[in-house]
Amino acid sequence: MAVVFQKTRMLTDKPFHYCPGCTHGIIHRLVAEALDELGIGDTAIGVAPVGCAVFAYDYFTCDMMEAAHGRAPAVATGIKRVCPDKAVFTYQGDGDLASIGTAEIVHAATRGEKITTIFVNNAIYGMTGGQMAPTTLPGQVTTTSPYGRDVNHCGWPVRVSEMLATLNGPAYIERVSVHDVPHIKKAKAAIKKAFQLQMEGKGFTMVEVLSTCPTNWGQTPQEALKWLQDSMMPTYPLGVFKDITAQPAAEGGAR
Amino acid sequence: MKKLMKGNEAIAEAAIQAGCRYFFGYPITPQNQIPEYMSKRLPQENGCFLQAESEVAAINMVYGAAGAGARVMTSSSSPGISLKQEGISYIVGAELPCVIVNMVRGGPGLGSIQPAQSDYFQSTRGGGHGDYRMCVLAPGSVQEAVDLTQEAFDIADRYRNPVIVLGDGLIGQMMEPVDMDKVKNHAPAADLPPKTWAANGHAPTAESPRAVTNSLYIDPQVLENHNLRLQKKYDLMAKNECRWQEEQLADAEIVMIAYGTTSRIARSAMRKCRERGIRVGLLRPITLWPFPEEAIRKTLATAKHYLVLEMSMGQMVDDVRLAVSGECPVHFYGRTGGMVPTVAEVVAQIEQLAGVKPEPEAACSCDFSKAMDDAAQSLNQAAAAVGQTLDEAGKKVHEAVNSPEFQENLQKAAEKVNAAAEAVGEKLDEAGRKIHDAVTSPEVQHKAQEAAEKVNAAAETVGEKLDEAGRKIHDAVTSPETQQKMQDAGNQVGDFAARAAETVTKGVAGIFGAIGKAFETVQKDLKDIEAKQKAQDDQPTDQNGKEGE
Repeated sequence: MAVVFQKTRMLTDKPFHYCPGCTHGIIHRLVAEALDELGIGDTAIGVAPVGCAVFAYDYFTCDMMEAAHGRAPAVATGIKRVCPDKAVFTYQGDGDLASIGTAEIVHAATRGEKITTIFVNNAIYGMTGGQMAPTTLPGQVTTTSPYGRDVNHCGWPVRVSEMLATLNGPAYIERVSVHDVPHIKKAKAAIKKAFQLQMEGKGFTMVEVLSTCPTNWGQTPQEALKWLQDSMMPTYPLGVFKDITAQPAAEGGAR
Repeated sequence: MKKLMKGNEAIAEAAIQAGCRYFFGYPITPQNQIPEYMSKRLPQENGCFLQAESEVAAINMVYGAAGAGARVMTSSSSPGISLKQEGISYIVGAELPCVIVNMVRGGPGLGSIQPAQSDYFQSTRGGGHGDYRMCVLAPGSVQEAVDLTQEAFDIADRYRNPVIVLGDGLIGQMMEPVDMDKVKNHAPAADLPPKTWAANGHAPTAESPRAVTNSLYIDPQVLENHNLRLQKKYDLMAKNECRWQEEQLADAEIVMIAYGTTSRIARSAMRKCRERGIRVGLLRPITLWPFPEEAIRKTLATAKHYLVLEMSMGQMVDDVRLAVSGECPVHFYGRTGGMVPTVAEVVAQIEQLAGVKPEPEAACSCDFSKAMDDAAQSLNQAAAAVGQTLDEAGKKVHEAVNSPEFQENLQKAAEKVNAAAEAVGEKLDEAGRKIHDAVTSPEVQHKAQEAAEKVNAAAETVGEKLDEAGRKIHDAVTSPETQQKMQDAGNQVGDFAARAAETVTKGVAGIFGAIGKAFETVQKDLKDIEAKQKAQDDQPTDQNGKEGE
């Protein structure tokens, strides 16, 4: 009997601990498939964050290091400088990357550190129980913004992809989503391209993936997918924000 | 071949010679020569120097590179080391080897950039969150800093644990000869285990499975087991890695305990006191953790006093008290904030414990300090002499005011004051020259400060005495009594003159009177003579005149 679908070999057999309807599992799989398809998975080294993906080292079959909160890009820098020929990636959430770890991501990006960052943006602190994140939308209710995020009081959401795209160091920055199959396929392509460019030594690469958190958003998985599309995407538009390999005036998404 | 090297640069070269090819750091004084040297040398050795965006990032880069199996180092100074504590805790938890150099400066807060030993607690108690230990190596010279840095890499690899090289601003900044032949190509110890745990993208094997570098253990029982295993490692480190140096301890009644820069000062003080027969010795911990507790306990056989010297408000002294366990008094002497204790200060502490009177000569650690002391002393003497002269002058002024010739005496007294002031000026000039000569010597700035304080004090005394004398003169001249006496004297002169004028007038009048009378008498006499002459003339004329008339 022909095998038409199977679990990627770059993921362990350990069941994910993620909540029902959370899209972390999909994103893990996309990363694992991309590494495998590029033939770099067996020698890759990943860096796990602090946040919902803290146990990422249990799921990827490659060598993994667990970093302190926000420090994954610095840890990945140390690894990459010792192992310049290996694929090195960080897998970080929005609290980890866009709040406590802003210095590390900005400087890894501006150095053109030859690593790939998978930035999972779900507009909330998931693991700690649904507190306001730097990416939380204006008016969004969280456990630490119970009246809705008041921009006059605590500022506006951080658009990381747009911000990092202003730097010279990044080779490739794209924002994708995983709320439906066509977008999942586009996300996979983006992740694969990011790793590809890393291995070609082009510079820093990052894929921002819009993700759901049904548990802390207080929604069903179905509602969460819709909320991502309706509420998050206007603030966080999808597209390629930086691609040094793109031809001038090429794809419309380029800015 | 010996080469004169700055402590910081020597440490950097020693690390490279020990196989360190990765350095991540962030600038902070007084350790900047380490990253600067690394940035120049590591590319020559196909290594990697990277200036991180913060100490936080730097220690996490170290974590990554160490996790990938490299010999890696970072360096910083106190405030920067505080920032690294998060990463250090993770590195210990994940059992990774690395070397961290701390060139300690004065704290708390931004503190100073001068040498201090105030990070002892932070270093020996872990420093970050969670309970853990690290070997803390405290060099007492540039050569030892070099040797210990190279050893640090071996110790780190052996136990898969960070090692701290704890220097201070002085160890980092001073230049001393280093034996470069000994330093060169320091091969890792032969017994070091292979780094099968490295997360370097290797193909998993039975000996070297997939690497997961982690310090997260959600199950409390698993974490307790992890900590118990780590503790066994710390116990092994305590057993095998303790280092210290003993000097003159065989008969020591006073046992000094000091490390790093402070131990050098203690050594000089010990030698001076030994010359005077004081039984004082020095125990210098080279590892601050593990602490040489057993070595200290052995000195209890002869010790009557322990004297702990630190550039802090007293941190290692706690460990000495734990070791001595109340069996002998433990005393502490420390300077802080970047101040470095002097030999004289330590000698004074020893004298006090030994019940020996201070020997002024012994208090001088060098010719310079003697010259300064002499200068201060001669200034004091000059000040005393001036004071006396001024006092005498003041008295004379006072007496002069009472005398009728007070104007003249005041003038004389003023001249004497001038002469005395000139003498002071000359003595001050001389002292100034001595100070200048002494200052041109490259040694010990802090001694200059100390002596300057004495000079200041003496100058102040001179100033005070001058002020006092001035006040006395002023008081004497402006006192109502004096004013009154001056007034009285003036009045007396006036009276006398009036009286004299009167007398003269009277005299002159008398003279004129006498002249008048004399004139009258003369006129009368002349008339009498005239009359007599006429009478005489009449008689013969009558005889003859009859004929003639």
